[in-house]
Amino acid sequence: MSPPHTRAPSAPGVPDDPAQIEAIGLTKRFLTPKGNPFTAIHDVSLTVEAGQFCTIVGPTGCGKSTTLAQVSGLDRPSAGSVLVGGRVVDGITEGVSYMFQADSLFPWKTVLRNVSIGPILLGTPKKQAEDLASDWLRRVGLAGFEDRYPHQLSGGMRKRVAMAAALINSPRILLMDEPFGALDVQTKAIMQTELLGLWEELRPTVLFITHDLDEAVALSDKVVIMTSSPGTVKEIFDIGLPRPRGDVQTLRYEPEFVELQSKIWESLKDEVSRAYATTSAAA
Amino acid sequence: MSTAMTSSEHQEPTDRESVLREANQLQINARRARARRTMWVWIGRTVVAVVVIGGWQLLTNYKILDPFFYGQPSSVWGSLVQLFTKGTAFGTIWEQLWVTVQEAIYGFLVGTIAGVIIGILLGSNRYLSDVFNPYIKILNSIPRIVLGAIFIVAFGLGLFPKVLLAAVLVFFAVFFNAYQGVREVDQNLVANVRVLGAGPIQVARHVTIPSAMTWIIASLHTAFGFAIIGALVAEVLGAQKGIGLIISQAQGRFDPNTVFACMVIMAIVTLGAEYLITLLERSVLRWRPPVRSESQSI
Repeated sequence: MSPPHTRAPSAPGVPDDPAQIEAIGLTKRFLTPKGNPFTAIHDVSLTVEAGQFCTIVGPTGCGKSTTLAQVSGLDRPSAGSVLVGGRVVDGITEGVSYMFQADSLFPWKTVLRNVSIGPILLGTPKKQAEDLASDWLRRVGLAGFEDRYPHQLSGGMRKRVAMAAALINSPRILLMDEPFGALDVQTKAIMQTELLGLWEELRPTVLFITHDLDEAVALSDKVVIMTSSPGTVKEIFDIGLPRPRGDVQTLRYEPEFVELQSKIWESLKDEVSRAYATTSAAA
Repeated sequence: MSTAMTSSEHQEPTDRESVLREANQLQINARRARARRTMWVWIGRTVVAVVVIGGWQLLTNYKILDPFFYGQPSSVWGSLVQLFTKGTAFGTIWEQLWVTVQEAIYGFLVGTIAGVIIGILLGSNRYLSDVFNPYIKILNSIPRIVLGAIFIVAFGLGLFPKVLLAAVLVFFAVFFNAYQGVREVDQNLVANVRVLGAGPIQVARHVTIPSAMTWIIASLHTAFGFAIIGALVAEVLGAQKGIGLIISQAQGRFDPNTVFACMVIMAIVTLGAEYLITLLERSVLRWRPPVRSESQSI
């Protein structure tokens, strides 16, 4: 287990409690390579309560990832602002972990080193960081794989490593950008169940991006639909399914689940077809 | 396999036996086929060597090619023996070889270190890279080997100008790879460690440098060859010791056999260095999946 006080001394003021995320009028404009301005997201306002699991769904290219980058502080908004735990994001947000679709593991580091990088960057002594990392590897069911390199693992195992690496610092906020997008259907369901288990233990605030509506409904408290480009919030659905949700595979057949899923699809459908029409017209 | 699965139950034991026997036979056949293939590859290699060297020997024996210009394998061997038994006009062959190898190694080290540092610096700093980009392109397009002539005039006949020329040749080979390697760094990884709180130095240490290492080490294979070329050319242009000096002296005496003998010696040295670099590569890049192009091990 990782009690809150294992957070390294270099970040003293950071509480381990999950933080509320509040986006207010968030707008991001880019310059395209040709020099034309392009509005990725426009006036996105959205509140995720502390400890809530919120999923963003939307057509391809609607600025979901852009929104996540603003929350992490890796990118700055053109207008509007993001508040994390009541403080305006300015520079890298503290206590955030990221998980991407491509496994962002270091191919040259062993599994143990990959997981222990989080605490090491916070200034934790190496021995202590590695103890914590092997503890986390046990939690995700990878005890005994400490000395393997990422290429020696299967896709699902790599995701577990990435999950341990993302959770080891007990983040206040977990940003997940289609983390299971590249997995096969069965592995995906297993990983979703495991993520739910770990999340229910630690309860960080989660902002999760996916294209998979089943995934969105099964995991979240709240599903946000974004419009096609420029992205903005179209509709928000509260998912009232009781927790703990248990196995994602069986959840899928419950009538309440099916009903929510089809309601969300109704809302998303138009956006998807509009996004498809514009991209195929441009091509 | 499939026969065992579809057959009815009472036949199973005999079927399983036959399946096992079949699998065994398959393995034995595969091993035999592999051994046969290896043998044929080696026969092919021997034939190529015999045809090339034997052809050279025959053509010069029958004066179709003039041995005065083109040398002759048997005489090259004779020169080699003479170089190692009688030595050269400037001391033993080992002494000359050591001088050249020393120059190449120093040049290799200086060029590699400079190439890696400047490559990583320009690769990770957009402004510096934009400023220096045209100059590096110009420097890269000039025939750098000619600089040797200037170095000899400026710095005399000693070790230094040779090291310098070798280092210049090595630098560009390593520099471009280090630069490219830094450019190819996975931006997700960078974002990941930045979110976890890494500063620029930690990003370099944990992401940029290890990631560029693949590219840098790949460049070392060609870089050592360049170091040898730089040292030899500088010696040919003017030296008091070294294999390059023996080559230029042999040229003056219309003695192609000694030139070829020196080429053989340097080729062996380069192959040895190549082997050491491959060992280094294996230990540094242990993490890489074993699927790799075989071109470098050939």
